[in-house]
Amino acid sequence: MSDTFEFSPENLATAQQIVAKYPEGRQASAVLPLLDLAQRQNSGWASDAVMDAVARFLDMPRIRVVEVASFYTMISMKPVGKYLLQFCTTTPCWLRDSDAVLAATEEHLGVRLGQTTDDGMFSLLEVECLGACVNAPIVQINDDMYEDLTADSIVSVLKALKAGETPPYGTQIGRQTSAPDGGAKVLNDMTFSED
Amino acid sequence: MPKLTVDGVEIEVENGLTVLQACEQAGVEIPRFCYHERLSIAGNCRMCLVEVKPGPPKPQASCALPAGEGMEIITNSPMVKKARTGVMEFLLINHPLDCPICDQGGECDLQDQAMGYGHSGSRYTEDKRAVSEKYMGPLINTIMTRCIHCTRCVRFSTEVGGVTDMGMVNRGENAEITTLEKAVSSELSGNVIDLCPVGALTSKPYSFMARSWELQKTETIDVMDAVGSNIRVDARGNEVMRVLPRLNEDVNEEWISDKSRFACDGLRRQRLDKPYLRDSDGKLNPASWDEAFAAIAKKLTGVSGDKIAAIVGDLCEVESMYALKQLMAKLGSQNIDCRQDSAKLDANARAGYLFNTGIANAEDADVCLLIGANPRIEAPLVNTRLRKGWLSGGMRIGVVGQRHDFTYDYDHLGAGAQTLQEIADGTHSFADVLKAAKRPMLIIGMGALTGEDGAAVPATARTIAETCGLVRDDWNGFNVLNTAASRVGALDIGFTPGPDGLNVESILAEAETGDIGLVYLLGADEIDMSRLEKAFVVYQGHHGDAGAHVADVILPGAAYTEKDGIYVNLEGRVQMGRRAVFPPGEAREDWTILRALSAVLGKTLPFNTATELRGMLHAEYPHFTKVDSCEPAAWENFGAPGTLSKTPFGLTIENFYMTDPISRASETMAACTRDFASDNGEASGTNG
Amino acid sequence: MLQDKDRIFTNLYGLHDPSLDGARIRGDWRDTKEILAKGRDWIIEEMKSSGLRGRGGPGFPTGLKWSFMPKEIGDRPHYLVVNGDESEPGTCKDRDILRHDPHKLVEGCLLAGFAMNAHAAYIYIRGEFVNEAAALQRAIDEAYSAGLVGPDACGSGWAFDVYVHRGAGAYICGEETALLESLEGKKGQPRLKPPFPAMSGLYGCPTTVNNVETIAVAPTILRRGADWFSSFGRENNRGTKVFCISGHVNNPCNVEEEMSIPLKELIEKHAGGVRGGWDNLLAVIPGGSSTPMLPKHICDDVLMDFDSLKEQQTGLGTAGLIVMDKSTDIVKAIARLAYFYKHESCGQCTPCREGTGWMWRILERMVTGDAEIDEIDLLLDVSKQIEGHTICALGDGAAWPVQGLIRLFRGEIEHRILKRKGVTGQPAAAAAE
Repeated sequence: MSDTFEFSPENLATAQQIVAKYPEGRQASAVLPLLDLAQRQNSGWASDAVMDAVARFLDMPRIRVVEVASFYTMISMKPVGKYLLQFCTTTPCWLRDSDAVLAATEEHLGVRLGQTTDDGMFSLLEVECLGACVNAPIVQINDDMYEDLTADSIVSVLKALKAGETPPYGTQIGRQTSAPDGGAKVLNDMTFSED
Repeated sequence: MPKLTVDGVEIEVENGLTVLQACEQAGVEIPRFCYHERLSIAGNCRMCLVEVKPGPPKPQASCALPAGEGMEIITNSPMVKKARTGVMEFLLINHPLDCPICDQGGECDLQDQAMGYGHSGSRYTEDKRAVSEKYMGPLINTIMTRCIHCTRCVRFSTEVGGVTDMGMVNRGENAEITTLEKAVSSELSGNVIDLCPVGALTSKPYSFMARSWELQKTETIDVMDAVGSNIRVDARGNEVMRVLPRLNEDVNEEWISDKSRFACDGLRRQRLDKPYLRDSDGKLNPASWDEAFAAIAKKLTGVSGDKIAAIVGDLCEVESMYALKQLMAKLGSQNIDCRQDSAKLDANARAGYLFNTGIANAEDADVCLLIGANPRIEAPLVNTRLRKGWLSGGMRIGVVGQRHDFTYDYDHLGAGAQTLQEIADGTHSFADVLKAAKRPMLIIGMGALTGEDGAAVPATARTIAETCGLVRDDWNGFNVLNTAASRVGALDIGFTPGPDGLNVESILAEAETGDIGLVYLLGADEIDMSRLEKAFVVYQGHHGDAGAHVADVILPGAAYTEKDGIYVNLEGRVQMGRRAVFPPGEAREDWTILRALSAVLGKTLPFNTATELRGMLHAEYPHFTKVDSCEPAAWENFGAPGTLSKTPFGLTIENFYMTDPISRASETMAACTRDFASDNGEASGTNG
Repeated sequence: MLQDKDRIFTNLYGLHDPSLDGARIRGDWRDTKEILAKGRDWIIEEMKSSGLRGRGGPGFPTGLKWSFMPKEIGDRPHYLVVNGDESEPGTCKDRDILRHDPHKLVEGCLLAGFAMNAHAAYIYIRGEFVNEAAALQRAIDEAYSAGLVGPDACGSGWAFDVYVHRGAGAYICGEETALLESLEGKKGQPRLKPPFPAMSGLYGCPTTVNNVETIAVAPTILRRGADWFSSFGRENNRGTKVFCISGHVNNPCNVEEEMSIPLKELIEKHAGGVRGGWDNLLAVIPGGSSTPMLPKHICDDVLMDFDSLKEQQTGLGTAGLIVMDKSTDIVKAIARLAYFYKHESCGQCTPCREGTGWMWRILERMVTGDAEIDEIDLLLDVSKQIEGHTICALGDGAAWPVQGLIRLFRGEIEHRILKRKGVTGQPAAAAAE
């Protein structure tokens, strides 16, 4: 398959809207949003053609786009599966046994970090702190964070995804976002008035 | 004018200096890798850390810190020493200690500074990083494991070279310099080799050829274009191993073009190392000097002066041209010319053939009109000045002639002389731009001077210069962009036809009809040699190039690295070239050949030594005494009004890498031609 | 304990409607026009006297920072840039603001932007916060529709635009000048200072970069008054703060509390206490991964504020507490942070590019005891060679946790090395106190 890429008409319009956010002549500011947009259209990764297309669209030298794409971890420089499983293993998640979540996933899917399942469904990637530490351990699957995971609950999520379902993201233990498990201790009976 | 102290010594420095520069002025050496005075400040190597009071209790990067009033700068405290050894250690942990097999060995900043600031041993016991080599074209060899990520190369190619081929990809300890496997598409690319403080980027043609300490170094002048770049020729034995730039702020700063640097392998190939005579079968046979001279003498017997002609080439030094001019005069010929390209340049009006603004001053112009010129390949080190003016001073550039990627933005005004006429008439809006400018400049290239209307073009350009305020007491914005190293010197000594003499075109025409019987080519290889088939051709030069192929007698001369000689660059700067090696075989310095021939012909030239020759030259043309300076030219009348052609201005240089017998003999230049000939380049620095 | 009526982020947990209607009920966008009418000087003075210090880490006084912007708009526009690149391990407070209380941020942008003569704000959000960025964008869209921002923001006559810009995975972009580089479409490599952003920031224009929380608390401060805000916390450490409590606690959570709250009280009241009880505590990283950890005996009574933690050779940072109980492999915990910094180093400065990897490699060996005793001092020396020698503070952030480990747990490291070597008996130095 030859590597070609062109923005879809819909994404082209989006790209133009993105560029319009920045002052005239500063369209390079849009390089990250456009790489993101383009790789979403391109099965989740930024091929050479994707980077070329973004470079052309923004009138940027190719090397500058490659520099940017290679600097940021969310721009994938190689193909990824339908679901990109991003395992946070940084200390706050590690303290809450992210190792078990990862090990359960590897065992369940039969692939290791950095690999993609043969059916192209799942790619496993280790990432650094995802910024949801009070809900550790966390796995980000594409755009969504699955929180408060255990070895069992990640497998349930994977099974649901495999079955074509969309398991609800966020906490997997039924707590209210970042409030303590068992119920918020504050902000429970707020009455708002025009004081 | 801040006053500050450096290690307790009080000094006053100019406004706007950095702490590093202030320390240098105080005579205190500051180690550095990423800092380079001609590039933007990166501040990333952290080698130049110094202690500054008042300030935070940690060392500061002196390269990036503005020098301020009352600062106390300390460069020898324990804090500074600790910082330097620390940085040095970090630089070395992943640097392969392969100095014995590294081409940079012996002239390596990292090696030198490790001696000065490093630990004696390594405390690093982990595995070292290995980085895959990158392809950067036929000129730059990469050993990227040695890279210390100073980004000088990226900054040079982007900022000075104006090309966006180089970059640093990835991040952290995985950061790598790369061109994405593409040759660096700049005619100045070789300078990154000099800039690289380690052996990551080295010269590909020179790789493993020599060690720096075994080379004989000669400071001389480059002849690959008319800029007169100051170079150093490094030789081992009688072989030129490499060419490097020398610092001259007024000319090439510290850069040279890739042709100046890399064509030197052409000095080893296709050399004429003995005299040759063509026999009756048309075959060239080796001959002795006596036989060669005798053949010329025989041919000249009874031939009147108007039947003979002489043309000098682009690489000649002034001395040999001066000797040839005198010899031709003694032979009664006025048919002499130095303008192989038939450029309509008038030797009688010096301002009409010089780059009057001066190379260094060119960057101060605020408006520039380029006429039939592509400085990027015709004079890359003039182009860097224009780019600098455009980048930092907002120089506005208008182009009449072909469109090119000049490495700066420009307005394309028109294709040829008609547009020029409109500007001269004041009917073109660019005339107002020039008039409104503080330091307007025009640059007229050979592409505009070699057409049928050649003499009318300089006349029109002169009108523009005069009516648009380009010529004032303190500023002369009229510039000719010569491309031949010999040209200005030749025009200075009047190596042009006498009142009844023939120019190049007429010489060739009359050679075709047989009216000219003998043509003496002194290193002239750029004319249509097929037109000389009927004539008896004497070729004196150093390479078996076009001239030698039609020659009946070949007299082996010396290349520019093999003789002392005066060159005058395009701005009129008199410079002295120096012999680095001896001419090969029986080849001789060119003026001595002409002196010897003159004796055989019974027209003995009146000098026996180079000193005597130069004494006469100096007496006749006093400005040649002022070596390393430019004598300003008086503004006077030149050019001839006439009909301007409707033909668009052309280009005289099609392939930057091959413009003369030396570069045409160079395998390196051949490799560049293969790599770049079909490459039209992509986005340049103009695009950011 | 802070009372609910004095909490700024009344929808921190998303129990209520985050939309404009819900936000208005909670008091957002009330009297915004009137506040604007009091003028820039009043706003900046009020912020100064509130004692608010930046909530992103270093804790620079916010009002003072705003006052650095040129007083008049010259030939270059002014910009407000909001740092929502929340990536410091242990920190997840801005996430809640973005998804649950976004209108506080949008309103804060207008007030702060107006105070610094900016007509535009760019909110840079870490790329992984896809849903959070979408939530913020919804709030911005609502604000535009309601005329709260736009050509005549809140009817004040001040034109103000707010844009969301998502990053793409680079911790370093939380450094303000790296963030500006990234926002300009470049690699996130920190810039040399000077020039400071207030003189030459985004696109070379005067710019102030503030953390999400800093901007989001501004409207409430300006509505309720500097005196109200400064009535919380100790001198020089005023106000309320969102704390993130992660790691070995029974109920990890975010909570807004008064500054200077005792660390122990914070953990016990809000996070259900340390797993296995307070005495099972080993150490706490008090302010995000860059701040050196505190041993239990200091945690017993240390206060959570800038000065108190500084006295203990650490810092409040982002107020992200990482709690570690006695089951923690403390060497591994710090080795994992060392890997984080190695992974996130931009690669620009020599000490950080080369030193972070060196530290991580030594630490990985120390986890299993595969090292020499004198390598502990080598490791300390390497950290000192990084600290203070780089353009930005990532190098410091990488060095400090390692220094903290050696300061507190040298004995543990020695023990592992000797154990692996088969040397029995107690290590020479017991766990430092």
